[in-house]
Amino acid sequence: MFQWFGQYEPGSLSGYDNQDGLEEFLSTATLSAPSGSSLSARQRSTLLVIACTVFGAAAQMLIKIGANNLPHPSGLISMGLAMLSNVPLMIGYSLYGISTVLLVIALREGELSLLYPVIALTYVWVCILSVLVFHEYLNPLRIAGVIVIVLGVAILGKGGR
Amino acid sequence: MATPVSSMILVSVGSFIGSFGAVFLKAGATRLERNIRSLLRNWQLAAGVGFFLLSSIFFVLGLRQGELSVLYPMVSLGYVWTLLWSRLFFGEQLTRTKFAGLGLILAGVIMVGLGSERPAPAVAHAAAPIANAPIQH
Repeated sequence: MFQWFGQYEPGSLSGYDNQDGLEEFLSTATLSAPSGSSLSARQRSTLLVIACTVFGAAAQMLIKIGANNLPHPSGLISMGLAMLSNVPLMIGYSLYGISTVLLVIALREGELSLLYPVIALTYVWVCILSVLVFHEYLNPLRIAGVIVIVLGVAILGKGGR
Repeated sequence: MATPVSSMILVSVGSFIGSFGAVFLKAGATRLERNIRSLLRNWQLAAGVGFFLLSSIFFVLGLRQGELSVLYPMVSLGYVWTLLWSRLFFGEQLTRTKFAGLGLILAGVIMVGLGSERPAPAVAHAAAPIANAPIQH
């Protein structure tokens, strides 16, 4: 019924066992992993999503910096020009593009239900970066929240069994 | 500072739309090939990016005002939707591990939201709220 959503086989337990054999292996290996990598497919996908969140958090920081430098809107065209000539803003949006590409490559092999919540790591990087860059104060609750998120991601990363 | 109902609705709708972004990116990713033509024909990827962009508009508007302790958990509702869709559309198994991991993540996001204070209730100008939209994917 939902065939157009892709060819996931419900039969495979985890989605990571390479039932399609060599062809599948070759296509994934060339696209996402350095040759000779000893990481499992799941670890590779999880690492890609983690990288995706790092880029996403850096993007948010740059967009925040860029947005702070923007003048008050005086018109659609002048606002657009101000945004286009705003270097941090544009680098920020580019990093968002890169993080999306990384997410897509990760989703090639991994399970969506396992990989997608890992994106919550972005909260963790943003918290760390806002201390380092903006010298924001982290109260204990925020620190505890960050630790709990990392724990949750670690559980997801360890396995979908 | 109370959280306007409009903000809650905007953020909830944004997280719902964003969850479909994840579904379509996943669908597009599974039929990814290493040639330009198939990439251009991959409408699922384009749809996924489109859903994400649309959801980010809702987040930007919704997070402009209101308490982050209320709104952040609503942003992360998208993970719950996505879990549902991955079962429904891709036949993925919902295991105890996934529920445990997601439960911890949601709890953590709620705590971060509770701990996040807003420096000023009003945002100076139109582009600034972009910075308040924490999770775009």
